[in-house]
Amino acid sequence: MYELKNVTKRYEQSRRTITALDDVTLSIPDGQLVAIQGPTGGGKSTLLQMLGALERPTKGSVTLGTAELATLPDSALAGIRAREVGFVFQGFNLIPTLTAQENVETALEPLRLPSAQRRSRAAAALASVGLGDRASHRPAELSGGQQQRVAIARALVKEPDVLLADEPTGSLDEETRDEIMDLLEGIWRDRGLTLIVVTHDSAVAKRAQRRLHIKQGRLTEKK
Amino acid sequence: MFGTYLLRELTHRRKQTAIIAIGMALAIALVIIVNSVAAGVRDAQAGVLASVYGVGTDVTVSRAPEAPAQGDGQSGPPAFDFGAADGQAADGSTTLAQERLNAARGTATFDAAALDTVLGVDSVSAATATLALQNTSFSGQIPTRDAASTDGSAPAGPPAGGADGAGGSSFNVDSFTVEGIDVAGAAVGPLTAATLADGRTFTAADAGSDVVVLDSDYATSADLAVGGTLSIGGADFEIIGLVASGGSNSYIPLDVAQALSGLDGQVSSIYVQAGSSSDVPQVQADIEAALPDATVSTQADLAASVSGSLSTASGLVSNLGTWLSVLVLAAAILIAILFTISGVTRRTREFGTLKAIGWSNRRIVGQVAGESLVQGAIGGVLGVAAGLVGILVVNLVAPTLTASATAQQTAGFGGQRPGGFGGAGPQAAAATTDITLHAPVTAAVILIAVGLAILGGILAGAVGGWRAARLRPAEALRSAA
Ligand SMILES: Nc1ncnc2c1ncn2[C@@H]1O[C@H](COP(=O)(O)OP(=O)(O)O)[C@@H](O)[C@H]1O
Ligand SMILES: [Mg+2]
Repeated sequence: MYELKNVTKRYEQSRRTITALDDVTLSIPDGQLVAIQGPTGGGKSTLLQMLGALERPTKGSVTLGTAELATLPDSALAGIRAREVGFVFQGFNLIPTLTAQENVETALEPLRLPSAQRRSRAAAALASVGLGDRASHRPAELSGGQQQRVAIARALVKEPDVLLADEPTGSLDEETRDEIMDLLEGIWRDRGLTLIVVTHDSAVAKRAQRRLHIKQGRLTEKK
Repeated sequence: MFGTYLLRELTHRRKQTAIIAIGMALAIALVIIVNSVAAGVRDAQAGVLASVYGVGTDVTVSRAPEAPAQGDGQSGPPAFDFGAADGQAADGSTTLAQERLNAARGTATFDAAALDTVLGVDSVSAATATLALQNTSFSGQIPTRDAASTDGSAPAGPPAGGADGAGGSSFNVDSFTVEGIDVAGAAVGPLTAATLADGRTFTAADAGSDVVVLDSDYATSADLAVGGTLSIGGADFEIIGLVASGGSNSYIPLDVAQALSGLDGQVSSIYVQAGSSSDVPQVQADIEAALPDATVSTQADLAASVSGSLSTASGLVSNLGTWLSVLVLAAAILIAILFTISGVTRRTREFGTLKAIGWSNRRIVGQVAGESLVQGAIGGVLGVAAGLVGILVVNLVAPTLTASATAQQTAGFGGQRPGGFGGAGPQAAAATTDITLHAPVTAAVILIAVGLAILGGILAGAVGGWRAARLRPAEALRSAA
């Protein structure tokens, strides 16, 4: 359950101040599939950063469950990111030197699991996105769609309450886009987690229960 | 995970790892070689000094010779006065023989009471006084020409013309150095460094006896052996032992030396050992205050008196070598830091992503620092290997260095070249020794070198880690570049 109250995020630059989020109030119940749309520079990624505990708002409050993300110290935010939030990026953001298996394991590193448990959980996560046979491949040896599957496995392996995806299909061709969206939707359905997807793609947005629009930092609900 | 990630990064970014490690290795190798050669040069210098001044001597006290005054038989070449009675006429020639025992050239003597003064100085743990002498013997034949010169008629032919221009005469001038020393077994002083080659050294019972210990090199050149006798100052001395000393040609009891040379109660050098090396400057200052006329030298002053290619090597190693290794080390650390920073910058999105998925700052700093540390350590290991090879080469080549120690201010040295009689004067008293440079390897140097490499790695890692720590997790969301 997300509760955002009067959230404003400003970026101070040398000459001017950019208001990336302008007085956003929003509540997202657990288990919802939310699509966020809007023009480039509208504030979509900034909103996702607030939800994912990557940044603190300039003003307002962001609560996830009982945690107040606006005021927690860095280390506590890192802990929330490690346990409760899974992130999927447009650029996949895999570590190029690590294998698919090891990339998935990085998400379990902060949880300090025994290495055997870490390995078996990562292997299971890889299998669940259909890449059980690619565990020892490096990102460069995988297609874009496969890399995004590894990234999804990395986001899921910690069994988070929330999955945040910032334009997860933005770097993929049309056919692969559907595959990835099908995968994400399947995960949402099977696991009952909250899935918040930023997307330019109206076809993708149509699958969502709820559609939000952000333009110039202002949030509007679309029905 | 830490190890896997670290290993993957280092093997994947081989070029960066190689550049950092090789830079570090070069610096470490240089540090090891310079250190080791410097130690070798120091050992060689210490060896030269120990052979001259004995082991454990921290300070020597002597007196600068006064400018030779005319007719001063002590600082000038020994004067021989032949009276009519000294000659023996036989077969138309006169045989002359005389032996003199004088203070060694280039030295001045002073009252032995100075030893008590020195022993009274704080922090002086031992001191001994010596008297450096030179024994010069003259023997020769001069044709008896009294008749010819009185009747005024010239000889029939030109003079036979000896080497010295004295027609028909033959002279033999022989000189060697004699050092009067404390026979009661001083803790410092000339013979403490010497190894006994034959016979025995002095015991307290030798005081007052005409017994002599010879330098083994001199004994060989003069064809003398234990059990034989040697004439010193007109007295016959029993040869009781041979030592490899490198200092004086011969050693006799101090009291005998004083009596024979007519220098009663006089000494020419005092060898002083300080309680600890940190006391040396204070001891030097105190002795200088107590004995204002004396020249008080420390080992460092004495080392400065060593000249020749050994001192050139010493200068080269301590100046150029040290600067070069400091410079290369600084460059290597700088390279490591710059490459680490550029590596962190290149991996901005990677570290941002790791933070976004929950990695703590500390964990990421540890990863960056770990990579740098291992790169430094690889450099250290390579550097130690290269350094050891370098030292091996130095020791295989084993360059020979020459060392000359001038005995301007101290007695007892300069005896290596008997026969300098009538030469260039006081400054001529110098000896040249050939020393093979041996560069020792110590565990300490290797540990320090590896420590430096790891320190370089830690420094680079700290700077890189600091950069990584400042990255915001939101960097992960930077549009795919
Ligand atoms: N770190 C930042 N510093 C300065 N301005 C930023 C920063 N991040 C985002 N912005 C600005 O905030 C606004 C919203 O950006 P963003 O949330 O990334 O938009 P979107 O994801 O909808 O394209 C943009 O004008 C962008 O330039
Ligand atoms: Mg964006």
